[in-house]
Amino acid sequence: MHQFTVERIGPKLEIAGYDISFTNSALWMLLALLVIGLFMSGGMRRQLVPGRWQIAVEGVIGFARNLIDSNIGPAGRKFTPYVFSLFVFILVSNLLGMLPLGIVPGLHAFTTTSHFSITGLLAIMSFSLVLIVGFGRHGLHFFSLFVPEGTPWFMLPLIIPIEIVSFLVRPFSLLLRLFVAMMSGHILMEVFGSFIVNGFGSGTVTGFGVGIISFIFIVGVGALELLVCALQAYVFALLTSLYLNDAINLH
Amino acid sequence: MDLASAKMIGAGLAAIGTGAAAIGVGFVFGQFLNSAIRNPAAADGQQGRLFLGFALAELLGLMAFTVALLILFVF
Repeated sequence: MHQFTVERIGPKLEIAGYDISFTNSALWMLLALLVIGLFMSGGMRRQLVPGRWQIAVEGVIGFARNLIDSNIGPAGRKFTPYVFSLFVFILVSNLLGMLPLGIVPGLHAFTTTSHFSITGLLAIMSFSLVLIVGFGRHGLHFFSLFVPEGTPWFMLPLIIPIEIVSFLVRPFSLLLRLFVAMMSGHILMEVFGSFIVNGFGSGTVTGFGVGIISFIFIVGVGALELLVCALQAYVFALLTSLYLNDAINLH
Repeated sequence: MDLASAKMIGAGLAAIGTGAAAIGVGFVFGQFLNSAIRNPAAADGQQGRLFLGFALAELLGLMAFTVALLILFVF
């Protein structure tokens, strides 16, 4: 599908056989960065009586801090910037991908988070942060994460492999959730969009009916997709803070 | 049965899993509402757990979707 293809913009650059040229994926990530920068710079004027924009920025920051406070506690305050940037970046790139730029010929929005490599990198960052914090704070005692408190000794041979597998599967679950949720939503919208085009284009009464029904449906799906964009960003930040909680407050 | 039609049937069978995940997600939210209406004061504190349960249930449906895509486009 065309909306998921990564295309090169500008000249082809190569380092040691790896293609590092500027792509539309990189362009949309830069756009996300620009939007975040604009949003933040408008609200960082530190006025005593905050304006509307500053209230909005403080609301987003307060949301990230609440997430950390309720899931980790005061020990996790220093990870607020990380969770905040994760949340805002995922949210903005999800929403940028939903922009209806397709009505302008030759343009189409690219969802950076609908690609395996981007979400995989985000998941690896979160997972390695958990590992670094866990081993840094607790040393080898961090391995007691695999032994839940109060487990009877005869259950240990069963529990420990399960806990290890569930720990190692965490980055995959993080990357798969975001990537599949975004990709499947866009595929759904594309399928119903093609129903509309083919239905109205066929010129028959049945085709017209199908087009009308698909149009009503796609409006609902679009609204649902906006909800999923925010929800997936929230779930990614929530799960990251929960995993950090495991590493910081080892039982 | 040739390979192409077997692929289609397999992908369709894998898509059943998304419906099963829908039951799970509905169960999570339904049970949350059920208890939140009984005790609205305690409901706000449990939102994190609500979304954790939602995320875990949803993941399995997304995995079924991924398996369907893998069957269709990779093998």
